[in-house]
Amino acid sequence: MPFDVYLNVAVGGILTGLVYGLMALGLSVIFGVVRVVNFAHGEMMSIAMFLAVVCFSTFHLDPLIMLVPIAAVLFAFGYVLQSSLINPFITRPEHSQFLLLVALAIIIVNVLLIVFGPDARSVQTAYALDSFQFGPLIVDATKLYAGIDAIVVAALLFAFFRFTSIGKAIRACADNYTGALVVGLNVNRLYALAFGIGAACVGAAGVMMTLIVDVTPLIGPTYTLLAFVIVITGGLGSMLGALVGGVLIGLTEALAGLLFTPSAKSMFAFGILVLVLLFRPQGLLGKRAA
Amino acid sequence: MKQIDITRVHTRLDRRQLLAGTAAAVIAAPAIVRADTGPLKVGVLLPRSGFEAGIGQDCRRGVEIAPAIFKSLGLPELAIIDGDTESSVETARARAAKMISDGAQLLVGAFDSGQTLAIAQVAEQNGVPLVINIAAAPEITDQGYKFIFRNFPTAGMILSDAFDNQKQVFGLVGAVPKTVVFMHVNDTFGTAMSKGINFLMPKFNMPYSIADEIPYDPAAHDLSVEVAKAKASNPDALLLVSRLNDAMLITRELVKQRWTPQAILSMGPGWYEDQYFKTLGKLAEGPMTFAPWYDPNKKLSRTLEAALAKTYPGVNLNTNHVFTFEALLVAADAYKRAGTTDPKALADALRSTNITDNVSIGPGIQFNAKGQNDKVKNGAIQNRGDKTVVIAPQAAANAKPVWPLQPYQSRG
Repeated sequence: MPFDVYLNVAVGGILTGLVYGLMALGLSVIFGVVRVVNFAHGEMMSIAMFLAVVCFSTFHLDPLIMLVPIAAVLFAFGYVLQSSLINPFITRPEHSQFLLLVALAIIIVNVLLIVFGPDARSVQTAYALDSFQFGPLIVDATKLYAGIDAIVVAALLFAFFRFTSIGKAIRACADNYTGALVVGLNVNRLYALAFGIGAACVGAAGVMMTLIVDVTPLIGPTYTLLAFVIVITGGLGSMLGALVGGVLIGLTEALAGLLFTPSAKSMFAFGILVLVLLFRPQGLLGKRAA
Repeated sequence: MKQIDITRVHTRLDRRQLLAGTAAAVIAAPAIVRADTGPLKVGVLLPRSGFEAGIGQDCRRGVEIAPAIFKSLGLPELAIIDGDTESSVETARARAAKMISDGAQLLVGAFDSGQTLAIAQVAEQNGVPLVINIAAAPEITDQGYKFIFRNFPTAGMILSDAFDNQKQVFGLVGAVPKTVVFMHVNDTFGTAMSKGINFLMPKFNMPYSIADEIPYDPAAHDLSVEVAKAKASNPDALLLVSRLNDAMLITRELVKQRWTPQAILSMGPGWYEDQYFKTLGKLAEGPMTFAPWYDPNKKLSRTLEAALAKTYPGVNLNTNHVFTFEALLVAADAYKRAGTTDPKALADALRSTNITDNVSIGPGIQFNAKGQNDKVKNGAIQNRGDKTVVIAPQAAANAKPVWPLQPYQSRG
């Protein structure tokens, strides 16, 4: 097989993996700070995907333009969800949190089914079928835009946590809950902010994903599972690990599909997960538990 | 008014007689309930939601246009009970059982081979006839079932006809692809077709060889890797067994990856469907499909086309409408001849079906000992503008084939 085929498939896999990484980044932020595993993560992403589809089909608004507004809507959704519904469960046993979020996921899927029906919907922008050619390399324009946006959003998120006072306060909450309380931080508000930021991340990823794949209400659970595979591979709670994990899974799926059989490509992603759990349980960039 | 003296009745019946009478009534009750007169209760099972929803809902159009045509043909009325399989084998099985317990006297369905196989098991166990509209897996009619009837070709029949029709088309255009890449869905239908192609191709001495075979998930959301892999083999043509969503995904990827093979040769659904035309516009032009189809020159085909155009303006008649309509036609014809809703009598009437005024290509509808219509034939069709034309077999053709595909990049 010619080398350019491997190159094209690998680049496509990396670009898709960057969007996967941004989606998983949201999950990692939520778990890293609030210590709640969001089992409705993919379903929240499908909300953003349907918002992008509706904005495009009704108002002809390009998903790339709607990226920030839809991420803001998801931020508000996440903030309200955390402060009203999830916060009372923070101190409850993990199985209670699990049931709450699984119930939320099922509700989201069914509401989307009622509102939008079961059919796949897509966003057909003017550039939906465009591609760029660089010598032997042909890059799908939508994947390129989505990948670049994922890098920009992730960079802004890293900068927020590193350089802003709110970002530092959220990190303080994540590092030492009691210490944060002692120095007078409003932990509940910071938890809600962190959940909102995680939701905004997955919202942004969802908007970009509509450029790459068709959306159905049943797509949510697939992405919830994928987000878990990525964050566990990258390291639960590690933001950089989520991005690296996303790229690794995207690349693995693409190359496995090319080298073996495409219908078994997910098997290889899960194979990596099993290897990581066996030989590096904390994930590639995660910290070993004390 | 005549009064009944219940004391006298009591004196005439002893306990043994009463017990025997009650037992007989209980045993006979289901037959009495099933064998009532009035419209035949037909349970129509289709995947109206889930990943096959588009095709299931398209099949439903064939149900909707049937009553007026049946009336004009002097056929009895049918009472339709709708059921959604949700594109799931488990749901199909459960819905079939529920329909029968709710009083369905005959079942029709279910587009997908896996779902149809599950429904067939339930129908056979309950002794209720199933008339299959669309499902090609051979094993459905190879299991010795007595209540299962299929007016749709098996995978083997589809392939045999497809190879014959392909040779006719190659002869008409004066061109032959030397290599193809075979892409197919990895569900029951796709796997059966794959086995059939690999088994039958040598017997038909086809002019092309398969450079690569690429199975994929019919519910996939991204087929870029699959298309890249196909492109890497640099075949003359693509041979496909697909569904609707994946047909659209593959077309988009062909455009994005800047590759136009000489021909797209499909042996399944997807490429001829209205949603494919509406979604892809000019990009929909050119693929050829070798599939069970309708003969545009038959009288009932024109009636069906007119009825569909009246009810659904802008919707083209296709396999989904035709074979769902014909399944109901078979049911109504059998009910008329049986004169009863008794399932066994209906099954006997179905076995002696002989309909010559029909829609699909071939001499008509008859069932062999397995319950299979082995007379039904394929057609070769090609997408032109916003509709399809029949290019083979010659007896049913209404246009000549166009070869090769116009490059996607030059379509504006």
